[in-house]
Amino acid sequence: MAAITQAQAKPQTRRIGRARLRDWLDGYLLTSPFIIGFLVFTAFPMLYAIWLSFHKWNLIGAPTFVGLDNYIKALTHPTAQLSLYNSAFYTVFAVPIQLVISFTLALALTQAIRLRDLYRAGFYLPIIVPLVASAVVWQRVFHPEFGILNEALGWFGIPPAKWLFDPALAKPAFILMSFWMIGRQMVIFIAGLGNIPQSLLEAASIDGAGPVRRLFSIVIPLMTPLIFYNCVIAVINSFQIFVPALIMTDGGPQNATLFAVLNIYREGFQFFNMGYAAALSWELFIIVIGFTIAQFRLSQRWVYYSD
Amino acid sequence: MATQAITPSLATGRPGSRQLSRIAGLVILQIVMTVCLITFLAPTFWMISSSLKASTEVFQHPIVWIPESPQWSNYAKVFQTLPFAKFAWNTFVVVVLAVFGTVVSTALVAYGLARVEFPGRRILFALMVATIMLPDIVTLIPRFIMFRTFRWIDTFAPLTVPFWFALTTLYVFLMYQFLRGIPKELDEAATIDGANRWQILWHVILPLCKPVIATIAVFALIQHYNEFLTPLIYLNRLDNWTLALGVRALNDSNVANWELVFAASTLMLIPALLLFIVAQRYFVQGIALTGFGGR
Repeated sequence: MAAITQAQAKPQTRRIGRARLRDWLDGYLLTSPFIIGFLVFTAFPMLYAIWLSFHKWNLIGAPTFVGLDNYIKALTHPTAQLSLYNSAFYTVFAVPIQLVISFTLALALTQAIRLRDLYRAGFYLPIIVPLVASAVVWQRVFHPEFGILNEALGWFGIPPAKWLFDPALAKPAFILMSFWMIGRQMVIFIAGLGNIPQSLLEAASIDGAGPVRRLFSIVIPLMTPLIFYNCVIAVINSFQIFVPALIMTDGGPQNATLFAVLNIYREGFQFFNMGYAAALSWELFIIVIGFTIAQFRLSQRWVYYSD
Repeated sequence: MATQAITPSLATGRPGSRQLSRIAGLVILQIVMTVCLITFLAPTFWMISSSLKASTEVFQHPIVWIPESPQWSNYAKVFQTLPFAKFAWNTFVVVVLAVFGTVVSTALVAYGLARVEFPGRRILFALMVATIMLPDIVTLIPRFIMFRTFRWIDTFAPLTVPFWFALTTLYVFLMYQFLRGIPKELDEAATIDGANRWQILWHVILPLCKPVIATIAVFALIQHYNEFLTPLIYLNRLDNWTLALGVRALNDSNVANWELVFAASTLMLIPALLLFIVAQRYFVQGIALTGFGGR
């Protein structure tokens, strides 16, 4: 009897084993594009960049080992320091104001105004404009003589400024331009505002909370996860600003818009200092990751999670 | 959704004078938002209107908002100055190859991560999520050297091949989230009916995933259509250029002919704008789906 059940059970377990093996095989087959892609296009290049960063190489001849020279240069060279300062300046001023503008727009566009969907689409439109087109247009928006910005400021009696030609105003001009491209953040906020339970706001009204009180005591606390998310993404993207700088100013005037990625691009693809460029990009990478981790740490203090 | 506010107005209150002040508030808000909207649309409108101006009209004071007689020939001149038809074709090829690869590889990987139990799945998932926020600057230099040894310079390979390997993991995450919303009982029922995993993917899962696939395709389209840095690095020969490189070259070489630069920019905007009008709901859907919004 026992022998029979054993005999029956044996092929069964083997079949289960085979099914599991089948699962494993399917799992690896299905995810193989990511496994291969991650190893070949992400992991290997990152490690290779570390190796490169300890060498001096201009793509011709053999790389020569230089130890920490590239990193010392990346940390001490005035141009490298300036490029990091420019990117940090841009990020520190652009991101918070972007968040305020996109949040305010989202609040306004969830009120019962007419043609709301059309307004939303209009504010989202700048995201649709290809970045290269945006850059060449804004280069002219800022033109001291024929640009529409100085023209519009003139209507209010504000004297024309030199914007992209003035070292003191070039970075603020880029920051101003970034406020134009907040459509994505706005749509995320609109989606989040739609998820705030109506009953909560009504209960607060009955308890006598005015609009301002409701905004600061209910709406904003409930929106903190999305504010946090938008902030993290905006910081990562702002630190890596490149295309507008290359097209509109090419780093000028007087390196006022020489942002970190533009500096890396120049070192790598104009001067062919591959090792130094690799060290610079690892430096920027660590800074951006550092900011991201710091934000996640700090988020525990101010981000509200309902569950 | 069109008539009813998603969030209750911040000014809800008792009827009567409160109601009146609420309406007044909405009217003021409507006016303020209209002014804001006009400001936001001004650069784009100026670009389109200037693309039709005569050379002298571009530099007139005060600014001409509607050109006297539209100069459609500006667009013809763009095509005469640089081979923009070729650029458009190149862009089309790159975008189609990259988007197709993105969709196929994303669907496979997301399905594997969401539905199959295998050792290392959790680690792969963690890696996938971690790479979403990875600043891509760190791979710029080494990838260039790698693709150079592959002899991929001046080919479309660097702009397309990596995306056949689910490189934009944000989309994998998007699809993974969507798959988790599809009941597993569907897969199990199909298994009982004798379908294997690939048949389930093709006949059961993918048809249900149409909305998220459309969203991913739309995001990927915009992403690859706008891409500037990779074409700049990898495409040297003029007849390999994409539209983004063409607009930039026209901008650098035609300092005095603003109307041409505006016309080229408008040309580049048109396909993206059409896509936005046709697929608007997928833009919003994708962003609302996970709170993630592409880049």
